[in-house]
Amino acid sequence: MRKINYIIISILFSFLFIILYSSLDNERIYNTKDLIGKKISQVEINLFQSNETINTEEFINNEFTILNFWASWCAPCRKEHPNLVRLSKIKNIKLVGVNIKDNVESAKSFLKENGNPFDILAEDKNGKNSVNFGVYGIPETILIDSELKILKKYIGPLNIKDVNEIRKLVKK
Amino acid sequence: MKTIINILLLFFFITSESHANENLNNKILKNLRCLVCQGQTVQDSNSEFALIIKSVVKDKIKEGNNEKEIYQFLSEKFGDWILLNPPFKKNSYLLWFLPYLLFILGIILLFFLLKKPKIRSKE
Repeated sequence: MRKINYIIISILFSFLFIILYSSLDNERIYNTKDLIGKKISQVEINLFQSNETINTEEFINNEFTILNFWASWCAPCRKEHPNLVRLSKIKNIKLVGVNIKDNVESAKSFLKENGNPFDILAEDKNGKNSVNFGVYGIPETILIDSELKILKKYIGPLNIKDVNEIRKLVKK
Repeated sequence: MKTIINILLLFFFITSESHANENLNNKILKNLRCLVCQGQTVQDSNSEFALIIKSVVKDKIKEGNNEKEIYQFLSEKFGDWILLNPPFKKNSYLLWFLPYLLFILGIILLFFLLKKPKIRSKE
């Protein structure tokens, strides 16, 4: 009988040990790995300072599309801007900038000051449309292919390492 | 008289529906994780992200989406991490069944521990 008790106690302890040990490696912050390979939503985005809209379905015509969510009041966006300019020189990528919850004049002077790398400039005045793209803060950048599948999603400012990674991804 | 009753009925209908929507709204927001906060629900947070999600959930309820549809929409956009109540999926079987399994094992253990040993009769 004692033997059975020992077996049950050791099973319980092994269980607890395995669970606690395996949870040591678990990430406790949000990451985007679940979104890779998923299709982006087919939604209308308002073009910047215009009554016209663009549907994400139109990105099918591009070999690769980068959606960058930015604002002039966002300091990390200023930091990543030179890297967006670098990306704009890659021929098979269409760069779409979505300006979020921004003052129109500040956004314009931001682009005048730092250069406009975007092929298409859009806006999301209240930030609600960005939820359709799983954006929860800015800057965020999504690389999609011609099937509208997400290849990579970057949270935070793009750095030179990210630019090189994108270069490799679009070369394949 | 008939008109007054109709107005009262309409008023009652509108208020009860908005009350139900508010309850549903609160219930959903309490089950959503604020992705930019430390251990807060969307309901408790006043961050920019939480404010946008609150507004989106409100719109979705107005559009007639039910609780499940709203969770599904948000989990498609942000992954299951946004849900405080993890969905019943293949990779969460252990999470759901482990408490019951441990409970059963505990009962078995207690049974054996509390079982009195048989007193052997002297021959």
